[in-house]
Amino acid sequence: MAIPISYSFRNLLARRTTSLMTALGIGLTVAVLLAVSALAQGLRTSLEASGHPLNLLVTRKGSNAELYSSFTNEAFQALKFKPGIAKDSKGDPAASLELITVIVMESPENPSGINISVRGIEPRGLEIRDGARVSEGRMFTPGRREVVVGKGVAGRYPLARIGSRIPFGRGEWEVVGVLDGGRGMANSEIFCDLRQLASDQNRDNGLSSVLLRAADESSAQALINDLPNDRRLNIDVVREKDYHAQQTQSATPIRAVGTFVALIMAIGSCFAAMNTMYAAVARRSAEIGTLRVLGFPRRSILLSFFLESIFLSILGGIIGCLLVLPLNNVNTAIGSFVTFSEISFDFHVSPKIMLYGVLFAMFMGAVGGLLPAASAARKQILTALRQV
Amino acid sequence: MSDIVIQTRGLSKEYVRDEFKVVALADASIAIAKGEFVALMGPSGSGKSTLLHLIAAMDRPSSGEIAVLGQNLNTLSDSEIARWRNAHIGFVFQSFNLLPVLTALENVELPLKLTKLGKSERMAHARKALELVGLGDRMNHTPRQLSGGQEQRVALARAIVTDPDQILADEPTGNLDAASARDVLSLLGRLNREFGKTIVMVTHDPHSAKAASKIRYLDKGALLPEGQNPEDWEIR
Ligand SMILES: Nc1ncnc2c1ncn2[C@@H]1O[C@H](COP(=O)(O)OP(=O)(O)OP(=O)(O)O)[C@@H](O)[C@H]1O
Ligand SMILES: [Mg+2]
Repeated sequence: MAIPISYSFRNLLARRTTSLMTALGIGLTVAVLLAVSALAQGLRTSLEASGHPLNLLVTRKGSNAELYSSFTNEAFQALKFKPGIAKDSKGDPAASLELITVIVMESPENPSGINISVRGIEPRGLEIRDGARVSEGRMFTPGRREVVVGKGVAGRYPLARIGSRIPFGRGEWEVVGVLDGGRGMANSEIFCDLRQLASDQNRDNGLSSVLLRAADESSAQALINDLPNDRRLNIDVVREKDYHAQQTQSATPIRAVGTFVALIMAIGSCFAAMNTMYAAVARRSAEIGTLRVLGFPRRSILLSFFLESIFLSILGGIIGCLLVLPLNNVNTAIGSFVTFSEISFDFHVSPKIMLYGVLFAMFMGAVGGLLPAASAARKQILTALRQV
Repeated sequence: MSDIVIQTRGLSKEYVRDEFKVVALADASIAIAKGEFVALMGPSGSGKSTLLHLIAAMDRPSSGEIAVLGQNLNTLSDSEIARWRNAHIGFVFQSFNLLPVLTALENVELPLKLTKLGKSERMAHARKALELVGLGDRMNHTPRQLSGGQEQRVALARAIVTDPDQILADEPTGNLDAASARDVLSLLGRLNREFGKTIVMVTHDPHSAKAASKIRYLDKGALLPEGQNPEDWEIR
């Protein structure tokens, strides 16, 4: 059996201040890593939650993004009676012709303005986006210059509160409601009546895209495979989920920078842990000699000091988790490379991410603790006893 | 004829420091019988601690033979020596060397962690050892909450808890006041007489040495023949 774990643990408590400072350093490193992970995780959750599995997004061939796509009424009429499309509550095909445009909105954080997507839809468009519902105020009235705003937008832009007027296109639009899109993309957009927006933007026959609901999985597959081959239609079909999933990459730069910073800090934290542990080994030299005289072999000494470093780092990992926990469910936004407008989402500090954080901390403790523990184990008994 | 438990032959220890050779112990041959209480005396630097450390296998000799309980220590590996020391040697330091973060009971239990005993047995042994040294009421105190004399008694309990055959003590009363020193010496005497422990104790103090049944003198690294002491010793 080995030197009791309580020996390692109590020694950490015995030098509270040093332990805490070192743990705090490790904790900050973990916090940086966890923050970027929570950001990426939140974005992914938001994008994965966007779109019913049977929802298909139809754009003009080769346009890649909705914003570049253009879709005529005639093409829509030809499309919506294709077999395999589900029926909506009124018995009509569940296909929504939509127009998407981008406006610039100012906020206190970004006085120069940020791109926000505005989507013109027919009432059916909301039905296809199930999970989205008006949580405050009411739905816009077709034929009026009214909008409902996604709750992410509503939360961050003073101009997007119910009752205020957003100027874009040929005049002002009144905010009449807030749309709760769950964790999905609808939170990041502004919705209004398709015909109003089309005439406002002079795009009566140059709409953007179609969102449709397939009747079932095999129909979805068939639509994805067959529609693009129809030369007359000249369209691409992707699942809404897949389309949004491309945008996960939008977090890549922040993630890369965050990870890089965390790595640099991790190197520093390893050295801090090493420094702390070397000091502990030096201060407890006589204790090491005593343990050896009592009969503890070198490997017990190694293990004991190694464990002490691991405990120290676990403490740091926990501090790191506590530091980022307040970020959980905090709303933020990131620019998308696909839509060229903001995606709004919540930080998601999941238990899994926290576990990784603690493991990362333990890794730092292991790297930093190994050399000091080895030096403690290498000491000659008499040399160790003589050093005070 | 009593059995010899500690036997050294031509034992030497040299240190090389900055190209100078320091002879800490030269050609020491000693035989200690089971149940003896031997005091090692001599001026500072005469090699008393060096001899004791070699007997405890805390260091290896430069040359010479050493056998304890018939075991030739030169042939054992580091980890074998560790196990051997745990089972057969109780060591008492001048400065007690208790682990400050552990309680008296935990300190005494520590050497038993290396044995096959279960937790409850370890606790029972540790309690018994502490009661033997008269500290049954101080078990949960940490070293900082104890007096020097009490600390040294805890250290004695730790030295005997594995029931070793030998107790080796390096100036066990060196850091104690007269009363505490008397307690520790009488305890050592009891362990020797009642429990038959073989004891080797290094001391500076002729008064302490009286607790022993035999005194051996060292001078400048040399072990003087039995019954001989350096003429100038009393003056120092
Ligand atoms: N690690 C070492 N390196 C060099 N010289 C040493 C070392 N250890 C001991 N010595 C020398 O060996 C000699 C004997 O030392 P030792 O500690 O055995 O003396 P001692 O009789 O116990 O003295 P004291 O009564 O002061 O404790 C001394 O001259 C000492 O300086
Ligand atoms: Mg000495």
